[in-house]
Amino acid sequence: MLRLEKRPQPSKFWNWATPVLAVVLTMIAGGLLFMALGKDPFAAIKMIFWDPLFSPQFAAYSRPQLLVKAGPLILIAVGLAVGFRAGIWNIGAEGQYIIGALCGAAVALWFWPAPGWYIFPLMVLAGAFGGWAWAMIPAILKTRFNTNEILVSLLLVYVAEKILAAMSVGRMRNPDGAGFPGSRNISQYPAASNQELIANTGMHWGVVAAFIAVIFTYIMLHRHILGFQVQLAGQAPRAARFAGVAPARLIVLCLGFSGAMAGLAGMFEVSGPARMISIDFNSYYGFTAIIVAFLGRLHPVGIVLAGLLMALTYIGGELAQFMLGLPSAAIQVFQGMLLFFLLAVDVLSNYRIRLSVREAV
Amino acid sequence: MKRRILLATSAFALGLSALSGAALADDPLKVGFIYIGPVGDHGWTFTHDQARVAVEEHFGDAVETNYVENVAYGADAERVMSQMALSGVDMIFATSFGYGPDVNSVAQRFPDVAFEHATGYIQEAPNVGLYNARFYEGRAVIGHIAGRMTETNTIGYIASFPIPEVIMGINSAYLHARAVNPDVQFRVVWAYSWYDPAQEAAAAEALIEQGADILMQHTDSTAPVTIAQDRGILAFGQASDMTAFAPESHLTAILDEWAPYYIDRIQARIDGNWEAGNVWHGIVDGMVGFAPMNERIPADVLEEAEAMIAAIEAGEYHPFTGPINRQDGSAWLAEGEVAPDGDLLGMDFYVEGMTGDVPN
Repeated sequence: MLRLEKRPQPSKFWNWATPVLAVVLTMIAGGLLFMALGKDPFAAIKMIFWDPLFSPQFAAYSRPQLLVKAGPLILIAVGLAVGFRAGIWNIGAEGQYIIGALCGAAVALWFWPAPGWYIFPLMVLAGAFGGWAWAMIPAILKTRFNTNEILVSLLLVYVAEKILAAMSVGRMRNPDGAGFPGSRNISQYPAASNQELIANTGMHWGVVAAFIAVIFTYIMLHRHILGFQVQLAGQAPRAARFAGVAPARLIVLCLGFSGAMAGLAGMFEVSGPARMISIDFNSYYGFTAIIVAFLGRLHPVGIVLAGLLMALTYIGGELAQFMLGLPSAAIQVFQGMLLFFLLAVDVLSNYRIRLSVREAV
Repeated sequence: MKRRILLATSAFALGLSALSGAALADDPLKVGFIYIGPVGDHGWTFTHDQARVAVEEHFGDAVETNYVENVAYGADAERVMSQMALSGVDMIFATSFGYGPDVNSVAQRFPDVAFEHATGYIQEAPNVGLYNARFYEGRAVIGHIAGRMTETNTIGYIASFPIPEVIMGINSAYLHARAVNPDVQFRVVWAYSWYDPAQEAAAAEALIEQGADILMQHTDSTAPVTIAQDRGILAFGQASDMTAFAPESHLTAILDEWAPYYIDRIQARIDGNWEAGNVWHGIVDGMVGFAPMNERIPADVLEEAEAMIAAIEAGEYHPFTGPINRQDGSAWLAEGEVAPDGDLLGMDFYVEGMTGDVPN
């Protein structure tokens, strides 16, 4: 008979081993799924995890693309992780990402086509501000009226999507765009463009910002009093209050920081890889980043690895789609399994599994 | 001397082309497709994928196709097309307007791959061809049928985004409904989405509440025709034959028929004479078609509709033929004047008689 026994302390070993175990379990379950779809499971798993990194045909192109895809995920996830550690649940990073992109793009389109070294830095500020401001709505509603930040931040995603659509066909529409929705191509506007810093490396300012955010967050969480307060508030809210942590201040800080990071990610994306504001500009980065944050154990270094892994499943998943004819839904299920198994095996870090013989009564 | 070099070079070139010709004959031509939506949407992406299947059936072993669905504009599209090109495809069909910048960027890096971009307008590389369909021809026909069949004189129109393609469709349908029914009114609801079954259903309900007894849609899901069936009113499907979802209510649908164009372009690529074009095909080219007409359409209306289809196909009739005024009463087309393509592709106004405003 299997029995679960609560550990007095979460296991350090399993805390880091469970993500690896989750990946292995995902590979096994995913392989079975691909087999049920009539595909060679080994070929499919190899195509997703190996070929983007090492196949001579694709690797030279795909490896830098990992950074492009992972950059915004890491930047958003690092911001979210701080709040999640404190028990503050910002589920609306997708909306803050959109508003950040809109604010950044607004600055670029305002100055278009003038040159100026100050335009890109202004866009960075506007992007961060936009995301911060959008996150302040749930923050203020929570601190003033005690609303649930999960619901408010999530619902604001849909509001942001409507604003995005209205902007794409309205104020920000490209006047030379033959009436199609979407703004001017910002990546073709030199003063506002977020180009690759070194050719064929995938490194753009957004990736740089992600790594700065990772280092900053690491130091803050592990070396700064604020990091201690965040941990305390998450693990023992009552004790935190006695220790002098002001909950309202923490809520505003955590939501504001994650909002600003998401806004930055949107701004770097719209001026670089995504090129322009369009109706479908947001591609679930804000939601995927939640998976990345948990997969990375809410730890900045873990998030970097998780972001790269998630990006790998996207890029490899696309290869598997057109090389092997797998439907995109199968890839999405595969990615979903990753989070599912991660949460499922989490039990191992908090509980010990004991084999016991039940005594007859 | 010079002449000899020239001869040698051309002989070399000939040899090369013979070589590649032989290679083409042996290996199947590889064609990749990227889709904005899922292949099962029964709308836009579905019709492109049906055409891909038709390509495979037509060419058999001579052509190999593959596709990626749900590809977002921007970095994702650029990456998917780049990886397709690296995998050795000879031709890529990018089937949504927003892929424009991505198609052109990838095309510049892979000059040997032929790109065909649906409903786009950017050609910054010599290997990017554009194609689009004159769906307004189909809208004229369903507008006529609706004008003749409505009893409440109210037609509900579920529109996606206020862009020329959609505004052109509303105007075309309205002009031809009004031509046979001066009292007809169009009610337009903007869904701000191409595919959102829940929102389209809500829009359909709202339009029925406002008295519409016939629905038209410029969105891709089957939700509006299903609602029409439930509520016992009439509707026109979109993109593919949606009869199965509303057997009694589905009058007909404007079909997106991409297969003839795809087969033609792929054949050209096989023959080695593919060149980037920019075409806007209509009923006559087989790109715009109609689902089977419902038996509920009265015989005389059906006859008129078929006559209109024949006239458009024969080039005798253009759905935008003057006199047509703009909504504000200013003149757009004079008596007998036919709308230039440029006017249609930039259309941002309603025609005279339409109520409501184009959202801005």
